[in-house]
Amino acid sequence: MSDCLLPTMCTITGRKQDTADVFTLSIDPPDGEFPFEPGQFNMLYIPGVGESAISISGRPAEANKLVHTIRAVGDVTRLLGIRETRERIGVRGPFGTGWPISQAAGKNVVIVAGGIGLAPLRPVIYAIADRRDDYGDVSLLYGARTPADVLYREELLEWKRAGVLDLAVTVDAARSDWSGDVGVVTNLVGRIHSDPAATVAMLCGPEIMMRSTARALLDIGVEEANIAVSMERNMKCATAFCGHCQLGPYFVCKDGPVFFYPDVAPYWQQREF
Amino acid sequence: MVHWSPADLDALLCQLRDEGFRVIGPSVRDGAIVYTDIDALPVGVGDDQEAGRYRLRERGDKTRFGYNLGPSSFKQYLFPSREELFAYADGDIVPAPLDDEKLAFVGVRACELAAIQVLDRVFQGDGFKDRRYQARRQNLLIVAVDCSQSAPTCFCASSDDGPGVGEGADLVLTELLDDGEPSYYVRAGSERGAELLAASEADAASPELQGRARAVVDETREGLERLLPREGLRDALLGALDHPHWQELAERCLACGNCTQVCPTCFCSTAVEETDPVSLRVSHVRQWDSCFTAGHSYVHGGPVHAGIASRYRQWLTHKLASWEDQFGRSGCTGCGRCISWCPVGIDLTAEAEALRRTP
Repeated sequence: MSDCLLPTMCTITGRKQDTADVFTLSIDPPDGEFPFEPGQFNMLYIPGVGESAISISGRPAEANKLVHTIRAVGDVTRLLGIRETRERIGVRGPFGTGWPISQAAGKNVVIVAGGIGLAPLRPVIYAIADRRDDYGDVSLLYGARTPADVLYREELLEWKRAGVLDLAVTVDAARSDWSGDVGVVTNLVGRIHSDPAATVAMLCGPEIMMRSTARALLDIGVEEANIAVSMERNMKCATAFCGHCQLGPYFVCKDGPVFFYPDVAPYWQQREF
Repeated sequence: MVHWSPADLDALLCQLRDEGFRVIGPSVRDGAIVYTDIDALPVGVGDDQEAGRYRLRERGDKTRFGYNLGPSSFKQYLFPSREELFAYADGDIVPAPLDDEKLAFVGVRACELAAIQVLDRVFQGDGFKDRRYQARRQNLLIVAVDCSQSAPTCFCASSDDGPGVGEGADLVLTELLDDGEPSYYVRAGSERGAELLAASEADAASPELQGRARAVVDETREGLERLLPREGLRDALLGALDHPHWQELAERCLACGNCTQVCPTCFCSTAVEETDPVSLRVSHVRQWDSCFTAGHSYVHGGPVHAGIASRYRQWLTHKLASWEDQFGRSGCTGCGRCISWCPVGIDLTAEAEALRRTP
């Protein structure tokens, strides 16, 4: 059995600056192929600095390319941001649970993302786009800080044009040249007109955003067992050895990051839990 | 079943060394019983323990196991407090060599054996396996001993983890005392243990001796002063997440993390990078961490467990409640170290009982 704590050094093959503090790295995967489930994450490693848990944001069908969209907020992620193509970084994974894509087949899909939370959901959209006829209505409700922080702008517009999904974007703050919505992403839940009883929702963003969005979805009749959320906790090992990501009965790295609403909602009520 | 003299016990230590074992057991250091490499067992040492208090004393007899648990546990030999996982040198990852040294733990108490079995579930259970832990564990020989006395901080019987040694040891001793002179009722718990017994030239133990050994354990059990009834404890604690007692606790707790460092089952660790400035070799080191630090729960924006109340709640509810969901049993084997070594004498049995009560 391979050692789950050892990274493999891999070469960066592409780098794109998405927004002021978000960038996307393409990496030559270990062993040439890297099958993963949408929603899973890797530990990316910079020798001498450390590891950081980063969700996989590429196309599941393209296993020969490993893609991560990263927001530069900590030591490791800032340094990942100044790595150039042909440089090498360590990769360990994939870890964790995936989004309920098979559960969503034959149903309507509502994807709700806040900020960088869109990154772990992009593989879901790729998977849906590849088999669009398997799903009913698909909507993406996306909240960003400002219009300049909207991720994957061209791709989103292309998916909208191609009829892959209905797109609604809102921002926290904008200047007068923004004609779209301003406010929290929860406000967009009212735009959903598909049958809520036959809808699977997938949420990723700050905990408070997922909490209020889940409530809004429940209010319009989406079943709680059909609401999936991706949780964030400190992660050091990703293998349930280090104890940092413990959340009630779960290790978020192993039992999550993707959970169903009834599994984690009780803990959202507890401050600092 | 055989009857050993102290000389037979000394002979066992020699034999284990001759067979290539690194023999780890109790010794006196800095005024405490600690587990180190040993040549002989301490003689006539006792201890006095209470919440926030630990002192050694002379017993005035020749016992080898007349004390209870000190601050160190066997955890440190299976899951070292600092350990290189891999290095980065000349552009590549270099795995640290597996440590497959043959370890023999001598003087393992019942609650300690149970704690090792708890760690087995963490590091080589149903999920990912830690190869470093596995390498050490597979060569481990365990010489356990029943407790012939308890400290006021002990509560092993609450979870049936002691004071008598359960399954999983290679050899089990009971120390018997006649006018200050000890002898040992010894039985094998494994094939390996049976071989060791067969090799010793000691007398077979009489049924009378077996009865005495049983009585020693029964007496110890009856002498236990603390209890932590486990019935319904998990649900009670998880149902008390907003109990005002957490805040009351936070006013006493210093968040020093002592309880987590002396706990034989706490397994939290973090990873640090150490770069040699000359060779630029990077060492990726795993080291013990504590859920009482702010960094433990840090995510972008700040720690999830910002206050001491939420950190203590994290520790206690994990140890006594959600551990059962994750590993199929409580994370506490009743050793009582966290009580003795808490600088302000917080007693988790009392705190758990307070949290059980409706505010």
